[in-house]
Amino acid sequence: MIDYIDRQLITLLQKGLAIVSRPYALLGKQLDITEDEVISRISTLKQIGLIKRLGVIVNHRRLNYCANAMVVFDVPDHLVEQISGHVCQFDFVNLCYLRPRHGEEWSYNLYCMIHGKNREKVLKQLAHLIHSCGLTSVNYEVLFSKKCFKQRSAFYNANLEQEKVFSDG
Amino acid sequence: MDEVDKKIINHLQNGIPVCESPYQAISEELGLTETVLIERLKLLLEKGILSRFGPLYHAEKMGGALTLAAVKVPQERFEQVADIINLMPEVAHNYARNHELNMWFVIATDQSNKITKVIQDIEQKTGLSVYNMPKIKEYFVGLKLEA
Repeated sequence: MIDYIDRQLITLLQKGLAIVSRPYALLGKQLDITEDEVISRISTLKQIGLIKRLGVIVNHRRLNYCANAMVVFDVPDHLVEQISGHVCQFDFVNLCYLRPRHGEEWSYNLYCMIHGKNREKVLKQLAHLIHSCGLTSVNYEVLFSKKCFKQRSAFYNANLEQEKVFSDG
Repeated sequence: MDEVDKKIINHLQNGIPVCESPYQAISEELGLTETVLIERLKLLLEKGILSRFGPLYHAEKMGGALTLAAVKVPQERFEQVADIINLMPEVAHNYARNHELNMWFVIATDQSNKITKVIQDIEQKTGLSVYNMPKIKEYFVGLKLEA
């Protein structure tokens, strides 16, 4: 179980790791614990999976990743495990999820995100994926993002900073 | 952004070590000095190329919840509905997409039972049906973009 100090650490850490030589010592100072304790607590939080990743979040539009496709497939339920396994092998697939269908109106269940620098390339990658994973007879749609209205990091406390971003892409 | 910046960005997407001097460790792997790395990281953040430096939490294990939801917005109401949805503090991302379901957003709450409430709120404020698409299973999350 995580305790009060862990919770404080989680809140502080979410503002970002300080870019100073000893960032964990700085957190320790703020929490009145030692640097070693901070390191050991964060390691535990990672180990139990509360922290999925400690790293850097890039602004994908600033790196010219403007073709952001959400590809949705209507994969027969009994094939989902097998097909998703294949799909995840491709390094241009950034995310892959199973989600519920909504009747005939929305019959798609497998979602893959492909982030690319141009649509043409993304569509080529998708064609390759469909061919390689035996998806040629499966219904699918490609939803490119047209505009990002809002993007902020996922959060722990619900009312964190709100960043409103308008950017075409 | 030069080749060194690109190298830094690509490397850091693998994660930041949890040790006394994490930037020192990274700089050694990159063949840079810690001072240079720190200066460059600050600049990359300032310029907005890196949007954040820190943890990605597991929302559900945190006691919270995440869902993906979509609405079909009539073209003439698009901006108005976008404004309503963006104003909800629980909405983390909101994208216009080329489909009849043309607005897709992520709802993130600190308590799992709040998702339904947020969806009801959005439906009430917009008069539109919200299609809730919570994840049933996550197969892969390896969002790593090469600079």
